[in-house]
Amino acid sequence: MTTLLATERIKLFTTRSPWWSTLLALGMTIGFAALVALNHSGGPLTVRHSQFGAQFGLMIVTVMAALAITTEYRFATIRATFQAVPHRTAVLLAKTAVVAVLAAVIGEVAAFGSWITARVIDGGPEMNLVTGGDWRAVAGLGLVYAVGAVIAVAVGTLIRQSAGAISVLLIWPLLVENLVQLIPRVGEDIHNWMPFTAVSRFTDSTVPGPIGPWASLAYFAGVAAVLLVAALAVAEKRDA
Amino acid sequence: MIEATGLTKHYGRTVAVDNLSFTVAEGRVTGFLGPNGAGKSTTMRMVLGLDRPTSGDVRIDGQHYHDLHQPLRTVGALLDAKWVHPNRSARDHLRWLAAASKIPRARVDEVLDLVGLTGVAGKRAGGFSLGMSQRLGIAAALLGDPRVLLFDEPVNGLDPEGILWIRKFMHRLADEGRTVFVSSHLLSEMALTAQDLVVIGRGKLIYQGTVEDFVEHATESTVLVRSPQLDRLRDLLRAEGSEITEITEDGDALRIGGVASAAIGELAAANNIVLHELNPQVGSLEQAFIQLTGDTVEYRTEEHRSEEHGAGEHRAGEPAGNGEVTSG
Repeated sequence: MTTLLATERIKLFTTRSPWWSTLLALGMTIGFAALVALNHSGGPLTVRHSQFGAQFGLMIVTVMAALAITTEYRFATIRATFQAVPHRTAVLLAKTAVVAVLAAVIGEVAAFGSWITARVIDGGPEMNLVTGGDWRAVAGLGLVYAVGAVIAVAVGTLIRQSAGAISVLLIWPLLVENLVQLIPRVGEDIHNWMPFTAVSRFTDSTVPGPIGPWASLAYFAGVAAVLLVAALAVAEKRDA
Repeated sequence: MIEATGLTKHYGRTVAVDNLSFTVAEGRVTGFLGPNGAGKSTTMRMVLGLDRPTSGDVRIDGQHYHDLHQPLRTVGALLDAKWVHPNRSARDHLRWLAAASKIPRARVDEVLDLVGLTGVAGKRAGGFSLGMSQRLGIAAALLGDPRVLLFDEPVNGLDPEGILWIRKFMHRLADEGRTVFVSSHLLSEMALTAQDLVVIGRGKLIYQGTVEDFVEHATESTVLVRSPQLDRLRDLLRAEGSEITEITEDGDALRIGGVASAAIGELAAANNIVLHELNPQVGSLEQAFIQLTGDTVEYRTEEHRSEEHGAGEHRAGEPAGNGEVTSG
């Protein structure tokens, strides 16, 4: 497995997209933190305010994670990969792990970078990390990004096409999860159990919901696990 | 050694490979010949475990590809030179392949040198010409110093220098005792490159054996004779030969079938006939190939179809009016 992890690490970092994605994700999150801190008025600046760009960062990270697998299909290097290592599940798990670790690192740097930036610009006592909610909002972002990356790799493996996978990964959290609220009577309940809505309760304690923050993260991870298992089963079965 | 037994692959209702059995021997270059769309690439993908056979089995030195430990050390393959990320450098491409099989990094520079790409090793593979991509593909195939090598249409689109280089390379690999299996739809190329042949059409085996036997069996050899005493020679041949299958006039020469050129020469000498030319006409691989695969071409033009109308060959599911020959 260490061999496979090393292989996937070389593959990921010898293309440009992860570098660009990392820069973009950090620029978006930290940039938004600076803008929010500079333009804030009415009440003190809080930890939660500094994490305004976290959702944008998550989107960029999921796109990067999906591209890590869809470009392999696009350029048929997936065939070279399976030729070198015929155990497809092992290869895809290694790739998922490498991408998830990168996503976690981006998440941590983005969250702490945003927090520090906002604090430097306008640091009151509300900017201190005191409660569990404060810590989850900042230190927890890496976990959310990592699990989001797993979902993206799974979706990318299932769809195999960059445009298709990216569309799903952007439209789902932006539109579908919110539009289900329009369904009469059950809409609100469905919305509460949508994965990206659920995980927002982990980093933002102000969002109301049926289960607690850690249970929400576990639920998000469960969705990722189901998708990943489905993706592995499909990849193992079909022609490369 | 590669052994396929009853290899079959269906894509929906299309049968790409149909109960195909063949063996590829060690220390020889075996050509895998067939018209476009005959199922050559599909077969090669099944050998490498990329496509799952619908039924049947293919083994490499007695083992399934899936069960090979670090398969790049046993089997090297170049199926498509464009299976490279365009933004990755040639060296990085080989570096990750090497890492996957725990091949030392020094080997990467070795194979780059072997195919003459050292100078452009740091350049993006996406900017490579077809010839350079092909060389990179061969470098990747050789990375693990494998006993078995598969090449799918390696000379496609190459310039004469590149073709010659690949041809020599294949011979060198076979001389080193490796199993070399190379597909092509270019018959003349196979005549120069391969010693053995596996010929398929529409996914079915048509022929397996040596190149010489293939040409001999599939075409009739004739001898072209030019002489000022042609009429006398003809009479003598007629009187002599029960084996003669044909004597036709070809301008100022005779085309004689069924007799070896030596026998004709000896007959002429014995009767003091002057010969200006005695030329054995070996049937070309093209002729043999077309003769054998004539009705197994997947995509054919209207022109061909009407020509063969008398043969009454029209299979269900044959794409109608597909005027282009496409690659398979």
